[in-house]
Order: sequence, then C-alpha cells, then structure tokens
Amino acid sequence: MSVKNILIVGVGGQGTLLASKLMGKCFVEEGYDVKVSEVHGMSQRGGSVVTYVRYGEKVYSPVIEKGEADIIISFEQLESARWLPYLKKGGVLISSTQRIDPMPVIMGKAAYPENILAKIREKDVKLVELDALDLALSAGTAKCANIVLLGAAVRFLGIDKDMWIDIIRSTVPPKTVETNLKAFELGYMA
Amino acid sequence: MKKALILGNEAVARGLWEAGVNVVSSYPGTPSTEITEFVSKYDDIYSEWAPNEKVAFEVAFGAATGGARSFCAMKHVGLNVAADPLYTASYIGVNGGMVCAVADDPGMHSSQNEQDSRHHAIASKTPMLEPSDSAECCAFAKIAFDLSERFNTPFLLRLSTRVSHARSLVELCDRKEIGVKEYKKDVMKNVMMPAMARGAHVRVEERLLALTDFADGEAVLAGINTVEYNEKKIGIIAAGTSFVYAREALGTKASYLKLGMVNPLPVKLIKDFAKEVDEVIVVEELDDIIETHCIKLGIKVKGKELFSRLGEFSQATVKAALTNEKADFVSFDEDIPARPPVLCAGCPHRGLYYALKGMGLYVSGDIGCYTLGAQAPLSMMDSCVCMGASVSGLHGFNVARGSEQAKKSVAVIGDSTFIHSGITGLIDIAYNKGFSTVIVLDNSITGMTGHQNNPANGLTIKGDPTVSVNLEALARAVGFNNVRVVDPFDIEVTKATVKEELAKEEPSLIISRRPCALLKTVRHSAPVVVDEEKCIGCKACLNVGCPALSQTKRESGKYLAVIDKTQCVGCGVCASACKFDAIGKGE
Repeated sequence: MSVKNILIVGVGGQGTLLASKLMGKCFVEEGYDVKVSEVHGMSQRGGSVVTYVRYGEKVYSPVIEKGEADIIISFEQLESARWLPYLKKGGVLISSTQRIDPMPVIMGKAAYPENILAKIREKDVKLVELDALDLALSAGTAKCANIVLLGAAVRFLGIDKDMWIDIIRSTVPPKTVETNLKAFELGYMA
Repeated sequence: MKKALILGNEAVARGLWEAGVNVVSSYPGTPSTEITEFVSKYDDIYSEWAPNEKVAFEVAFGAATGGARSFCAMKHVGLNVAADPLYTASYIGVNGGMVCAVADDPGMHSSQNEQDSRHHAIASKTPMLEPSDSAECCAFAKIAFDLSERFNTPFLLRLSTRVSHARSLVELCDRKEIGVKEYKKDVMKNVMMPAMARGAHVRVEERLLALTDFADGEAVLAGINTVEYNEKKIGIIAAGTSFVYAREALGTKASYLKLGMVNPLPVKLIKDFAKEVDEVIVVEELDDIIETHCIKLGIKVKGKELFSRLGEFSQATVKAALTNEKADFVSFDEDIPARPPVLCAGCPHRGLYYALKGMGLYVSGDIGCYTLGAQAPLSMMDSCVCMGASVSGLHGFNVARGSEQAKKSVAVIGDSTFIHSGITGLIDIAYNKGFSTVIVLDNSITGMTGHQNNPANGLTIKGDPTVSVNLEALARAVGFNNVRVVDPFDIEVTKATVKEELAKEEPSLIISRRPCALLKTVRHSAPVVVDEEKCIGCKACLNVGCPALSQTKRESGKYLAVIDKTQCVGCGVCASACKFDAIGKGE
C-alpha cells in the first residue's frame, strides 16, 4: 500500500506525544514500516507543536509536507487553521474545539480568528469536531484529551477497534487504564 | 529477532550498549540529549552528566586511553566547546574505541545557529559516520567502535534533529562484552608535545588515506556507503536526512549513491557512480561539502545552485528543485497569529524578569529557557551569544562603557549554564577588578533540554544524591564579596536587592533561587482569582507574559482579566503587577 500520513498538532504541553506513540505501536503490530517524527526542546514551551506519523510498506522521509496528510488530529482550533494546508484535499481533520490564546493574542497584538471551524467546514475537507477537553473531563481527567482524539481518529484508520484497546491497555500506566479506555470510547463515539 | 520502534537517539544508546561500551559522559543539548538519558538506564554502562562538552569529551577520551569503549554526545555548538580536545585526540588515537555523537539542528528548532558539524570532522581530520534512520543509528554506532579501534582514531557520529527525534524500526541484538583493554605507558603516542605531534600528524594523514580506501571499498560491502541504480537520468549523491528526502521525492526515477561515511568521502566510488548516470545532483542540507569534494575530483555536479544552504529540507524541497510536481492543498484564508514558545505558567524566571522591568537595564543574556524572556512582553534581554557569554560579555560591555554603565547592567545566566562556562567569566570579573552584577537564575535543574540533573542540584544522572556546587561559596572564593540570594516570586525584595548591588562599585552575584515549576517535587498553590469588582481591565497584569492569564469580555461589556485554572499554579507574580489589588490568592 502507499504510505499513509497522519499529522498530530497542538500546543506544547498538551500531550500530543502519547497519541503518536500509541499509533506507532499499533501500526508496527499490523506489520507496517513506520516513522514518527517529534519535536523536542524549545518549541515544547507552549509553542505550536507537530508530530508526523507515517506508515506503509516502506517509509523513507520522517516528515509530512503540504497536501500530503490523510488525517490531521488537532488539539486546538488555531492549530487546525495553521496546519490545514498540510491536509490532502478531501482529507480528514479531527479538531478539538478547545481554544488556547497565543501570547500575541493575549497581548492584543494579533486577533484570534472568529469561527475557525465553521470556516474550515466550507473547504474541501472532512471535518470532525469535538470538545476533547470536556469529554476527557467526563472520563475522569483533562489529561486524557489525547486519548479522546485518538478514539475519534481510529474510525478512519481501518484497524480493528479491539487492537487499539489492547495497545492502550499495554502502554498506559496500569492505574490509568480504565480512565483512558473510557476516554477512548467517548472519542470513538463522538 | 525483536524489532522496536524507537527514537534515533534511543537507537544510538542501544548501539552503544550492544557494542559493549563501558563509559559515557555528556552535557545535554537538543537534539542530542536523550542518547545519554537512555544510556543511563543501562546498568552495565557507567554514565554521567559532565559540566560541559569539553569535560565530557575529555572524560570519554581518558576512558578510551584507559582501554574502555567510551562515548560522549553533544549538540552541534557543543562540539565547538569540545573542539580543543577533539583536534588533538585525533592525533593521539585510541586504546579502547571512542565515539562522539554530534547532533546538528538544521532549521534551528532549538539552537542559536545552524552550523554544519562536518566542518569539524574535516578540520580535525576525524572520520565521521552519518545515519539516516534509527536502524542505522544503532548499526553505525556499533560499527564506529570497531573502526575506531581498527584505525586508531576517535569517530564522530553525525546526527540531526530529524534523525535524533524520529522513531523508526530497529532490530535489537545482545550486548557484546568487550571489557577494558590493557593500558601500557606510551609517551610517544599519548603525550602531545611538538616532537611527538610531528610524528602523529604524519600518521593522521596516512590514516585519512587508509580511511578513503575504506570508504571506496569495504564501506560498500559493510552497507555504510550504498549504491542503488534505477533510472539513470539523474544520479543523486546524498547522506542522512537529505538521502531519505530525495529517495521519497524521486523514488525509482533516479539512482542513488548514499553516503553513510561523510568524512573522508570516497573517491573512486563517486567517480564510478558519476560515469553511470547522465547528471549528478548533490542533495545536502546546510553547507556544500559533498559538492565541493565532487568538484575537486573534476566531476560536474549540481548542488547549491538548486538547493539552499539555509534550514531543513523535505521531500517537497527535492520535488520543487527536480520535478514539475506541485502540491495541491486548501488553506485558511485569514492571518493566523504566531504561537511562539513562552515561559511556562509559574516559571520562576518570570518573577525575576518582571522585577528587573522598568529599571532601564542592559541585560546580558545566555542560553536556556530564560532566553524566552527576550520576547515581548517581558523583553528583558539585550544580547545572547553562547553558553556563558552573558558573564564575560557583560564585563566587556562595562569595561568599554565605564562604571556608570555598570550600575545599569546585569548578566542573567541559569544554574546549569553557569556551571558549564559562567564560572571562568566570573573569575575574569573579580581578577580584573570589574564591577559587574551577575544574576544566576538557579531553578535546580537543566530546564530547556527537558530536566537533567546537574552539578548544582545535588543529584546524579541516575537521581542518586551527591555533593552540589555551593554557588554562594564559589562566588566568594573567586573574589566576589557581595553575594545575595533572593526569591524571584518576592518581586519587591528582588527589585530592592538588585538596586542595592548595582549601586556598589564592586562586583556582585545575586542568586535568584526557586525550582522550575515543572519539577514533580514542586508543590503548587491554588490558582489565583480575579476580583471582578476591583479589576478595571487596565492590562497591567498582561505585562508579566503569563500563558495562563488573558482578558475576556464580560456581560457588562468590559474586558477583564481571566485566569486559566488548568495552567495557573498560583505563583502570584501577576498579583504583584496589579495596582488595584484585583488578583488574590485562590483556595
């Protein structure tokens, strides 16, 4: 099969790395070649962060370029807008409705665009929007918003749901398994 | 055989373990840090954080002289610090094998410059391998030790952000126990004085010729340098990340000479490849090192006329230069505000900077999380060069501009950076009767690189208790009579202390001490609360630049301060900024 590309975007500190770790593990189990590229260091301090997940028969490049992503999983609305050009035409954007103001907006030097997701909906993309933070809180903790978003993405990945449940079970700390599975289910149903 | 999806950095650590490495010493630096963090999890390897890269290199080289397989890791600019031992270690050679990993950062995700560390390999006449994915990180790390011992030289392993921080599949093997070789005193080999070094230089030049032969022949058999013939209209020569981008972009429409050994470069291999293809294109991020080598060999190539010397490449860079393919995508039609990294909510550096604000100071800055204070709204930095330059640079600035200027200038430097190379600057100030005021931002951790212990926090790389550098006593010992300690969350006391020390015509050291807000051992207060009766929406609190604090429109139509409770840790710096007492402690 040709290489599939998934972009995970958000704000440094939102927990984007766990989602990519789980995906990578799952695609390896399915027998694919996999590359996952992460950002560490300075950008993690509240900056815009991106993780690239690529899988297929043979993957060379670790990064995804404009117009190449099959799916974008976004933890925050403004980041959905920022990374939109990386999506293939007709691709899937799974976006949390969460809004986090960047410093230029806090300082009044720039405006946070209004109705971002409504404007994206008019484009040639398939938009799935959900309040991942709220769903995570109802699962037990804001920390599992990443698993809610993963749950929402799984419907588009064509891999058996039980497989993901096994991967979550074997990866997250034992004490948090039930909360994470609940979060996964809430995202899957969203 | 077990396969694992691991970071390039973890794969290097795995390779070291499998190669039977005994000793590892490093200083953290993005994107190299995780190598040594992963190494520290292996009980059969001695590992440590050194105060800086020069020390780390010398520890590793000393261990190699003593017969152990040894290793050190650093970022590209770290190799500048370690360049002094590198250039002479190259002359001396090894007993046990030694490898030094150096991680470049094209695109400067987390660095102050974009230098190409291949220049150091060439200048120090040290061989260098360059992996392109995690499997090669592990394999090349292992091969490098065999070659280091065989060719009697330290080896460099060049990484880059997209190799170090990308996960791909690695086959895991067992550890090969090598043990520590015998040490025999050998003055001619190990003591570099002019008489010995003249002979050593002859051996180094001979070694380079032998390594070139290796690159042309055995390196191909060993899978280090590889040739892939497909369509022969275009022949790509590339290494590391540039190879994977080119291979992704062009597939079988081009042929490839992939160089796993980037110093010395092969000669015959390149000439033979060039004969087979119609046109040779060199794809390389940063400088034109392979291209220049080809030109010296009299081969017609295209390189930098097609590709930039700036930033990171990708498959799109190669497609844009060599194909007619254009990306098809949709965009958001409005301006999207930038999201620069910021000091975290509750960061102790914010308090210190806020205290300094409005004093009209020249602030000589340094490398770390606190460099983020250079940005608006804090805007509290006038210069930032390299590790330690804040202290020595301030002294120079004050010498040039006189003692009145010294009353209006400070240096800011983190605890780890101070240990790395701030101490020598401090000695320079005291010894030369300077009058500068240096502020050490002691947050008990090496922060920006992701929380590594350091000599000032009393914990080893494995988290075991150890001695810690007493910064106060150290400053006094080098001749600073004025040493003060402040809590940066106490804005008024901090401000007053800085003013007092600046007024003195003597050098002063102020330690702004409070642990990093992200440390698990730090207990946080409840989020602060805004009293909407008192808040008039003046925006003064926004000047502290806290990501947990903004303004929202209330029902009354007024814009008032609002606290993001998921981020706020109740540090209270914003409360100090409010003249109307509208921000108070939460419960």
